[in-house]
Amino acid sequence: MDWWLLFEIGLAGIGSGGLYALTGLAFVMIYKATRVVNLAIGEMLMFSAYMLLAFTTGMGLPIWLAIPGALLVSAVFGMLVERTLIRPMLGESPISSFMVTVGLSSILVGLVELVWTADQQRLPEFLPTDAIRLGDAFISPKVFYGFWIAVLLIAAVLLLFRFWRGGVALRATASDQAAAYSMGINVPRVFSMAWMAAAVIAGVAGIVVGSIGGLSSVMGAFGLSVLVVVIFGGLDSVLGALVGGLIVGLVEALSGFYLGGEYKILATFSLLVLILMVRPYGLFGTHEIERL
Amino acid sequence: MRIGSAKQSYAADAALFDSRTQWAWVGVLVASLLAFPFVANEYWLYLACLVAINIASTTGLNLLTGYTGLVSLGQSAFMGLGAYTVAILQIRYGTPMLLNLLAGGVVAMLAGVVVGVPSLRVKGLYLAIATIAAGVIAHFVFSHFADLTGGSAGLSVPPAQVLGVVLDSSFKLYWVIVPITVLLLIGAANLFRTRIGRAFIAIRDRDISAEVLGIPLLRYKLLSFAISSFYAGVAGGLFAYFFRAITPESFPLIMSIFFLAAVIVGGMGTMLGSVLGAVFMTLVPEVLKLIVGWLPLGESAMLVLSPVRTIVFGLMIVLFLIFEPHGLAEVWRRIRRLFHLWPFRT
Repeated sequence: MDWWLLFEIGLAGIGSGGLYALTGLAFVMIYKATRVVNLAIGEMLMFSAYMLLAFTTGMGLPIWLAIPGALLVSAVFGMLVERTLIRPMLGESPISSFMVTVGLSSILVGLVELVWTADQQRLPEFLPTDAIRLGDAFISPKVFYGFWIAVLLIAAVLLLFRFWRGGVALRATASDQAAAYSMGINVPRVFSMAWMAAAVIAGVAGIVVGSIGGLSSVMGAFGLSVLVVVIFGGLDSVLGALVGGLIVGLVEALSGFYLGGEYKILATFSLLVLILMVRPYGLFGTHEIERL
Repeated sequence: MRIGSAKQSYAADAALFDSRTQWAWVGVLVASLLAFPFVANEYWLYLACLVAINIASTTGLNLLTGYTGLVSLGQSAFMGLGAYTVAILQIRYGTPMLLNLLAGGVVAMLAGVVVGVPSLRVKGLYLAIATIAAGVIAHFVFSHFADLTGGSAGLSVPPAQVLGVVLDSSFKLYWVIVPITVLLLIGAANLFRTRIGRAFIAIRDRDISAEVLGIPLLRYKLLSFAISSFYAGVAGGLFAYFFRAITPESFPLIMSIFFLAAVIVGGMGTMLGSVLGAVFMTLVPEVLKLIVGWLPLGESAMLVLSPVRTIVFGLMIVLFLIFEPHGLAEVWRRIRRLFHLWPFRT
């Protein structure tokens, strides 16, 4: 057994796990605030990456202007989605709002294929490209920097959750909507804010994922792994998303290396089934007690 | 409500069709189904068979999602299981078609029971995502047990034979596919006149209350999964005979979403909804093809078609959920009411 090799694969797994954790965080944010299971998270990520492509390759903007631009568009897009698609679903069954996001994902995939065709596209390089060594292990620089971007952003979001007024309002809404309302918190605005923030977070993840693996209209498949992450960790647990992201990243990397690429998704979904058998509400999810 | 249809017995109340007029319309429907193959061309027959297969599968999913309240994204996996069972039996043993279809249904049913086991503990959308796992695992099995399933190249199925007739055209297949679908539909409609069907509805409305009322949850949830997957398996078997070639890619996740969308567009928890939803969702892409063909796009028409289909598919789900959450069945009911009550409104 080659321990350095194992270490290297583990690092690569944790690297991609960071991005899963980041996207999982966006998912959990939406779920906590609005109780919507957002199946379109992978497509929202794809949307931001294509926006960046439009700004750089399409309009020739410099990268330092294009990235904030793409994220801004993502934020507006998140708000629009919440206003036009999610708001009318308030009070409907969770299946309805879930299916709305399924429809949204299909619309986004179609739009991307209509504008950019289904072919693979490349984002311009903006991360440093010199290889990084840790002892005998090599890490792909993009994965390395992507991981640190994810970590920094997650830390920032957690701090905002903890200390910023808006973050507190979001947590209050998540724990008890009616109480939050009566304390003067503008709950509809919290909904909008949660979707905007989640769209931006997913957007950052999308830009990093796009610059690592290129863009295509099937990029939304990333969202499928993210679903495993959040179900694994518990739909309403931030900690769960972070731990789940790292574990799913590791499992994918290890199974991909030792068993072959086609076992990746099988391994993660088997993990999902196992966890659901033991803890049906995820590792750290709240176990809601049902009463008649 | 209609006026002047006072029921005097429970049997009359539970009847599928309660008036002479309805029976007359059923007669018209049967006659037109019988006459259809003789007037339609090959293309319309192809569509009719496809619609019938989709109706069978949608009905199955509606039993599970619309009537029992268990959301499943594994319908295409069960269809795949049915299709592969039928294909393998047909290729290796050449057993009779109806027996193969039954076997396909039973295999899918057993798989459905296994997938349904977590449904007692795992609820709502957790369950929906857990059933995606069924699709992933089924895809893996189809592409990795190459001795049996032909791997990623898939299997090509020889045409079926019934009573010495080789079913190699849509015209001939129509006479098998449509009656089976009609049988499945009648079976499903009658299921909800029995104790089992009522138990399903009770579980959908509130599963804990149902249990308190003495409905064994595990048994009935598994039963719902079993029946639903049986329908999917039979539909998958028909799919195999119809397309005559199946690969692991024939049954993607998007197909499960298609059926769930058909249930929603048609109307959850109504038999009519399954039929209308499946017909609508199958025909819309064809209508789009016509429209895109008419537009002056020239060469790029084919390039535009596939993305436009994807967009329209998504738009239909979203628009129906926002503006017509009870689906086409409700639209149908509204139109009927309009005629019943005319010249008064609602």
